[in-house]
Amino acid sequence: MSHAIQFPLMRTVGFDGLLVTFADTMTEPSNRAALALRGAIEMQKLEGVVETSASLASTYVRFDPARLPHAEIEDRVHQVLSQRDWYTAPLPPGRRLWQVPTVYGTGLAPQLDDAAAAAGLSTEDAIERLSQTRVRVLTIGFAPGQPYLGPLGPEFDIPRLKELTPIVPEGALVLAISQFVLISGPTPTGWRHVGQTAFRCFRPEMEQSFALNPGDEMQFLPVSQEELEEIRSTCEDGTGGATCQEITA
Amino acid sequence: MSLIVHRIGPACTIQDQGRAGYLDQGLSRSGAADVLALHEGALLLGQSPTCAALEMAGKGGEFEATAPIAIALTGAPMQASIDGSPVIWNASHQMAPGQRLTIGSVLQGNYGYLHLGGGIDSEVILGSRSAHLTARIGRAIQAGDHLPATGAGRSGLKLSPDERFAGGVLRVVASFQTALFDDDTLRRFTRTEFRRGVRTNRMGMQLNSDGEGFAAKGQLNILSEVITPGDIQMTGAGDPLILLPECQTTGGYPRIATVLPCDLPRAAQTPAGGHIRFKFVSLEQACALQSAHDADLARLPSRVEPLVRDPHDIPDLLSYQLISGMISATE
Repeated sequence: MSHAIQFPLMRTVGFDGLLVTFADTMTEPSNRAALALRGAIEMQKLEGVVETSASLASTYVRFDPARLPHAEIEDRVHQVLSQRDWYTAPLPPGRRLWQVPTVYGTGLAPQLDDAAAAAGLSTEDAIERLSQTRVRVLTIGFAPGQPYLGPLGPEFDIPRLKELTPIVPEGALVLAISQFVLISGPTPTGWRHVGQTAFRCFRPEMEQSFALNPGDEMQFLPVSQEELEEIRSTCEDGTGGATCQEITA
Repeated sequence: MSLIVHRIGPACTIQDQGRAGYLDQGLSRSGAADVLALHEGALLLGQSPTCAALEMAGKGGEFEATAPIAIALTGAPMQASIDGSPVIWNASHQMAPGQRLTIGSVLQGNYGYLHLGGGIDSEVILGSRSAHLTARIGRAIQAGDHLPATGAGRSGLKLSPDERFAGGVLRVVASFQTALFDDDTLRRFTRTEFRRGVRTNRMGMQLNSDGEGFAAKGQLNILSEVITPGDIQMTGAGDPLILLPECQTTGGYPRIATVLPCDLPRAAQTPAGGHIRFKFVSLEQACALQSAHDADLARLPSRVEPLVRDPHDIPDLLSYQLISGMISATE
């Protein structure tokens, strides 16, 4: 891997941000590093840091330059960065596994056959592989609470569609480039709509507005359309019938 | 106590300074497009700049007081009257129960603000009262709504703010993707006079220019990365988009530079067709400019004056109703 030479790379973001980038593509180690460094910087509780986040392969720190000058925050982040090899850092503590009832294909998720064909698989085989894979919340972004999940097997490294699907609903499971996105609100997308859940990632009206944290894992278990209808009519907590357990290992 | 909304423009929302700390959950800050206007309104009513106000994009509405209440009007100047008598912008006024405040269309700029004594006391969601329409937090204010307020606040004051409603030169710093643009493109970017396009909302404001667009190397293969308000994003067509408080939190289109926070109110207030140029400053210069801005903000109270003066001042007083009579005190 070439990251030992070029990465991690520290750059400024606008007037009041710092970005540490671990790779120029999404890989498991770079995502692990981004999550872990973000956690370590949060632990420092630095006066003047306003907020932090982790994207697919980078850690972002926003600060108030009047209280925490650029040179100082760069020094502090350098110090943290030099503490260890972040590419092998442990994942964040308190992670959870969500198992979410999902209708694959049918009229609810009409692009499954297309995605299976693009992956060179039969529809049944695609459902089996997708539903057996435990994927990790790599980052949350673009829309509130909306996770990027991966990695899926290399056979699912299929491109985005050229034509956007005008609208997919909340709870849609969409697929491209060996990742899922679990859609948090109605949106157009170029990713293929392969599954439909009743899981709500963002529940602004509830005490716990955000369902997921980066590092959590998800598995999408096949159910019938009738079962999903039953869940929709009985389950009011936004989980869409999902089960949740702590990951202890 | 509240203000009843009888008529309202299509893009009016409650805004405060927004919510920080949810970037990691994909939720951008939201908050007033012109934060300076929040400070000005708070000062005119003698309250905290953290109070929420009604942000009115382009067009106001008609509001009826249910109890005695102090109000203030700031940001983009709009036609305003109470029970048919014109009232001046950038001032605080007292309303009696049953009186109607009418706010018309914007005369300059984009975003006008209506502040209520004690601040608008709407529901706090995730630490802020700011609507964030793309995130489905809050909604646009509609006729029949009530704007609740605690009702304290002083009135009878005015302020002469610096001009910020006609575009101009926006100071920018290089950001982590600036180097993706070659030197010729960057030079052309700073020499181009842009016009604000018609496509604009609280997510972003489109700019147009004559000549070819602006593109980065390998533009289509960039990993999605963090976005901050003020970022100037190049769209696929090569036109810049200045990102505003409701921008997405990550994105794949490259950002050529970032507008300084102190220049963002002026960016957001640039009217359609208004001219904008960009000037790169170093990070050190940016810190100095931002500090100077913060110091100006701290001195804002010294610029507040009583609204009513001696009778011999009346001709002068009338002149404050002419928007073109506004004076810049520092530039």
